[in-house]
Amino acid sequence: MKVPIKALLIDYGSGNIRSAAKALERAGFEVLVSSDPAQVAAADALVIPGQGHFRQVMEHFDASGFREPLLEATQRGVPLLGICVGMQMLFDSSSEAPGLAGLGLLGGHLERFETGQNPVPQMQWNTLEPVGDSPMMLDLPCNPFAYFVHSYYVSLDSEIDSGAITDYGLPFWSVVSKGNIHGTQFHPEKSQAIGLKMLENFRRFAEKN
Amino acid sequence: MKLVPSSVRFLKCARLERMITKRIIPCLDVQDGRVVKNVKFFENHRDAGSPLELARAYEAQSADELVFYDITATHQGRKLMLEVASQVAESVMMPLTIGGGVSTVEDFRSLLLTGADKISVNSSAVRDPELIRRASDHFGAQCVVLSVDAKKRSSGIGWTVHVGGGRIDTGLDLLEWVERGQALGAGEIVLNVMDADGTQSGFDLGATRAVAEAVDVSVVASGGAGKLEDFYDVLTIGKADAALAASVFHFGTLTVPQVKAYLRSRGLNVRDG
Repeated sequence: MKVPIKALLIDYGSGNIRSAAKALERAGFEVLVSSDPAQVAAADALVIPGQGHFRQVMEHFDASGFREPLLEATQRGVPLLGICVGMQMLFDSSSEAPGLAGLGLLGGHLERFETGQNPVPQMQWNTLEPVGDSPMMLDLPCNPFAYFVHSYYVSLDSEIDSGAITDYGLPFWSVVSKGNIHGTQFHPEKSQAIGLKMLENFRRFAEKN
Repeated sequence: MKLVPSSVRFLKCARLERMITKRIIPCLDVQDGRVVKNVKFFENHRDAGSPLELARAYEAQSADELVFYDITATHQGRKLMLEVASQVAESVMMPLTIGGGVSTVEDFRSLLLTGADKISVNSSAVRDPELIRRASDHFGAQCVVLSVDAKKRSSGIGWTVHVGGGRIDTGLDLLEWVERGQALGAGEIVLNVMDADGTQSGFDLGATRAVAEAVDVSVVASGGAGKLEDFYDVLTIGKADAALAASVFHFGTLTVPQVKAYLRSRGLNVRDG
């Protein structure tokens, strides 16, 4: 029997993480929800949730003491998944909070959707178009739908190896993968069967790691 | 490594041009932990089942979101709503909106902690518009839904905002109110036109379109869904981004897949589950 993969769902005060915890369990992880940075060292995989304003979320994260242990673990190759603003935090910076440093694990900057064309925030199901061979995108049906809620997006010139692109007036990275670092702009825990499949893909990636 | 994605797109699947996907949203009124639905405002309640069973059924039907509206007035009932919300959020993997009786940032916090994604405010925002700003600053515009009950003015020109389940005309102009709500930080508007609500004679297309043209955020049309064409009309003529309905779904007059198949047949993009 396989040893279950222990995922640490980082609780740094970003609000609801129960749905994410349940969904990760459903995807086969053994889930530990903790606000203790000391737990990072023992985790097989790390998940950063996040919703709300980039500045508040980033400041909460830094105040929680997770930044250093997280960066250290990702350097060791521990698989990391960022969800929604948790994914945005992986980048250098965001127009939502100019001057504030993100985690800088992925090179790039978040821009805001322009108003006037489509509703902002984007609040809908939208399709993912795979780019390259991200382990997150394995075995998905054609044109899979995921549930998006966001006003800021990862622009195409970001430093991403593979993932998926979504169109909302303009194309942006909706799934990002680079080595052991992964992220989804949408909420897999709210995206029904597609979301579950992607969390399972993340588990498989962590198993191989 | 910098990629130019247009040259590296991995075209395993036929590419679809669909940036905008219309949402179909069942709404469940909850009282003391059970789902009820007024056939018309102020009339008898009919019990349409357990919140959890209905949520699972709607998830299986690929409903795009679920809305729970707490119509309980008592403190005890409110606590039941929190339990219902947590149970549902743990059991289904889909977006949930909770509304009803939310009047403080603390109310937002406790509902968001159950696993709800969006919280809707109605009368409390009319009484205290700054609630929208406070909630939006704390939790982000994406989770603040401004729900508005509107009725046509007796003059026949324009609409005013009503509160207290439609009993009280605030005199506020509908369009001014939704514009202000957006400026204060609401991330979505749910418009319930009370002249149409519960009648199953169609959404109010004029009011919905006027609101959709007045704001940049998503507009969810509510109240009046009876037949397939009503959904199509409000998502096209009414310019709504989503349509919300209760009775037609709860009592099986229409199913979500049936509505989506119809919309697709008429050329609208919907999620196929």
